Amino acid sequence: MAPVQAQAVPVTSDSSIVAEKVRDGIDLEINGEHYRHTGDPQMPLLWYLRDILRLTGTKYAGGHDSTGADLVLIDGNAVSAITQPMAKLADKSVTTVEGLAANDGGLHPVQQAFIDEDAIGCGYCTPGWLIASVDLLKRKPHPTDDDIDQLPNLCRCGCQTRVRRAIKRVAAGKVSQL
Amino acid sequence: MSDSIRLSRRRFLQVLAGGAGVLLVGIRTASATDAPLPAAMLGDTFYDLGAYVRIDSDGNVLIGARDPDTGTGVATSLPRIIADELDADWKSVSVVPLGLGVTDNNGQPRWTYGRQVGGTGGSIPAAWNDLRSVGALARWLLLQAAARRFGVAADRLRCDSGTVIAPDGRRLSYGSLAGDASKIALPNNPPAPKTPDRYQLIGSPAGDVDAREIVTGQTQYAIDHYYGDALVAVLVHCPWPDGTLASFDFADAKAVKGVVDVISLKPEPGQPLGSTVIAPAVAVLAEDTWSALQGRQKLKLEWKPGASGSENSAVLEQQADALLAGKTAPTSRVRDDGDVDAAGKKAARRLQASYYQPWLAHATAEPMNCMVRLEKDHASVVVPTQAPQKAWAVVQRLTGLGPDQIEVSVPRVGGGYGRRLDHDYVAEAVMLAKVVNKPVRLLWMREQDLEHDYYRSGSVHQLSMTMDRKRQLIGWDQRMASASALVHRGVPDNRLWTSELQADQLPAALVPNYRSDWYALNSAIPRGPMRGMPHLSNAFAVESFIDEIAHSMKEDPLDTHMRLLGTPRQLSLSAGGVLDTARLINVLKLVTDRIGWKNWLHSVNGLGIACWHVEGAYVAHAIEVAMQGEKLVIERAVCAVDVGRVINPTGLEGQVAGATLDALSIALNLAITFKDGQIQQHNLKDYPLASMAQLPDAVEVIVVPHDDLPPIGASFLAMPTAAPALANAVFRATAVRVRRLPLMKELLRLL
Repeated sequence: MAPVQAQAVPVTSDSSIVAEKVRDGIDLEINGEHYRHTGDPQMPLLWYLRDILRLTGTKYAGGHDSTGADLVLIDGNAVSAITQPMAKLADKSVTTVEGLAANDGGLHPVQQAFIDEDAIGCGYCTPGWLIASVDLLKRKPHPTDDDIDQLPNLCRCGCQTRVRRAIKRVAAGKVSQL
Repeated sequence: MSDSIRLSRRRFLQVLAGGAGVLLVGIRTASATDAPLPAAMLGDTFYDLGAYVRIDSDGNVLIGARDPDTGTGVATSLPRIIADELDADWKSVSVVPLGLGVTDNNGQPRWTYGRQVGGTGGSIPAAWNDLRSVGALARWLLLQAAARRFGVAADRLRCDSGTVIAPDGRRLSYGSLAGDASKIALPNNPPAPKTPDRYQLIGSPAGDVDAREIVTGQTQYAIDHYYGDALVAVLVHCPWPDGTLASFDFADAKAVKGVVDVISLKPEPGQPLGSTVIAPAVAVLAEDTWSALQGRQKLKLEWKPGASGSENSAVLEQQADALLAGKTAPTSRVRDDGDVDAAGKKAARRLQASYYQPWLAHATAEPMNCMVRLEKDHASVVVPTQAPQKAWAVVQRLTGLGPDQIEVSVPRVGGGYGRRLDHDYVAEAVMLAKVVNKPVRLLWMREQDLEHDYYRSGSVHQLSMTMDRKRQLIGWDQRMASASALVHRGVPDNRLWTSELQADQLPAALVPNYRSDWYALNSAIPRGPMRGMPHLSNAFAVESFIDEIAHSMKEDPLDTHMRLLGTPRQLSLSAGGVLDTARLINVLKLVTDRIGWKNWLHSVNGLGIACWHVEGAYVAHAIEVAMQGEKLVIERAVCAVDVGRVINPTGLEGQVAGATLDALSIALNLAITFKDGQIQQHNLKDYPLASMAQLPDAVEVIVVPHDDLPPIGASFLAMPTAAPALANAVFRATAVRVRRLPLMKELLRLL
């Protein structure tokens, strides 16, 4: 491969080239990175994540929070991404399933517990279950079965009993070490 | 030297040219001499992988999974069958989905991988028949290569975890042998697969191969795929499949920023259901999803109903009742053993009951979607399908391209349940891409998924039995009315019953005088295959009725079952295969022992059981429920299955627990209804899959070890018996017999 050479950029004193003004927009943090949304403020977060940022771990499965597949953490709380217009998210911090693991790739204990228990059917709704479980365990580090019953997620593959085991495994500190 | 080994008349094992130092083994479907696999499929990249096994010089093993994984675990279990025969180190194995394998055979498609279907229970048996030989051949070649290096006869060598070991302890890794192995002449016959005592992976537990990618959000389903220049297409469908677009105004929709075009679509006349558009539709194509959805909201459309506009599900049920009550001859007499009428005259006891089950939708997690790129001489389709060959056929018909000019990629699929055996959404995407001359990403909304489905028909079962003085069942008369899932699908009228019931289902072959009649209901509401059909509805009726028989005789339902099943024996079935009553009795005993059945009458809670057989596999459920006011609590669910040899116990447990929960969810809550031809359920609040609180906290799965028998697929095996076991348990807890599903609604009505 030919060595890459630095190209000289012509510098002129002519002011015909004007830097584009910083566009107004909605500033927010997603998975620890800063973003500015300059499009329609009414666009739901779900489509911003999926269409604009191509963060496709957060899934569409219906409007109005119907299966929990589109859950994300907003300032630490599980919220349905399709119900959140970007206008509401200025200065918020969003975590999606892609942001659960550490920067070095180390899995969140809930992620590891889902692997340990094979708490996966088709896997489509799994990101939503993970977000809901992280949210639950943060509020209640030792959730009861009744607490787990309150998870809003739905799953036709029937992963619920294995998700329950995964949550209990995290609570008991029995997640396997990588 | 021969470059292939004949497996069957049309299938050959072959070593393929995979590059220096690489061993590549696959199965070729062809006549002996013509058309080797095309070069593109032999490349060194993951995307071009065309064979099943690829071992490179670093010892990395790549195994292709041919069947779509809709959550059934075949992306894990199929490669493990190959890997075990190969004695590969599972930790060094990567699995890639193969997508559709097709080549051009004089204008006709030739399927590179043979059968490619997911989610119908057939993947494991098919793999057992042919994939083992792929691993065995690769292993044989590696052994021959090692024999030459070591100067030791191959039969004195052994393989272990990706290494060949000589008697003196010398070792050679598969990676170092792969290049030599690819040059060795093939044996005349396929090397014999391993003897079962040497299995390392088959029968041992393994988690999903995609698990890490799934939990980190990296797995791309079809819906997650993008082309930079693709337009997003969202649709509005006509409420009636046979309706028409009466008037429209697209102007406001087209004025929305980002909207590129608005296009109307119609079903192609004469095409079978599932291969063309499901109903007239208008599509909004835009640069992104949000723009498309806003444009969709601005559409002004008026639809006119067709003949289906007068249909009501309640009226259809009344028609079923009338048919079953009258003297009309059945549409099909499915089975007629002995003489039911004569047996009736000798009866000491008789009982009759009717069971009502609703229409159902598929409600897959991942909505229908499809991404298509059309070029002059090529089409690429990324599609969530259970049957890529059928998706291919739709693309081929609509584009006229040659067999190998069509590329069908099938990433992991977000649930199938039979919905993705149909490809109306592929037809929509291709039709749109043809018009706009750009790639299209088609996306259905949840409401469309529920309102425009190929539903499972509702049904009415009328069951009658007669018994002699010795409490032996001597007559069984089953009459069922439903709308066949096979109408408008190229199936002759006298076979329409086959989607609705089986001639061999319980208690056929166990009762000397047995008659099964099917009455066709006519409906223009589209219908199609659904997970668990036809067992789901029939097992509910039959196993509820057996429980009612037990109650009418003040008898333990386990005793009633045992008397019906009789002495352990093998009975020939009309469709081939046998019913082994010993295996059925065994699963029933296993669940009753586990749940503590001895207390069935004394427990405050209600206990219920049911058993069934499906394609040579056996299943039983025992369920314990308690009523807390108007709340039904499923305290325990126990399921025993006998599927012959088990490939992956972890995967099997997941399938059995999952199918149990799915069946309970359906039985408790779910029904599709229609008024004036319009589906009344629009979202998951109207079609409420069971919440975590409604479902049992655990499913206790018992697997019968049966390593002497070939494996049978289990993707829906645990569905049929869950609902009747539940209803039978509810009867013990409440004294209310639920003969109509969904159960919760009916129970609250009757309580």
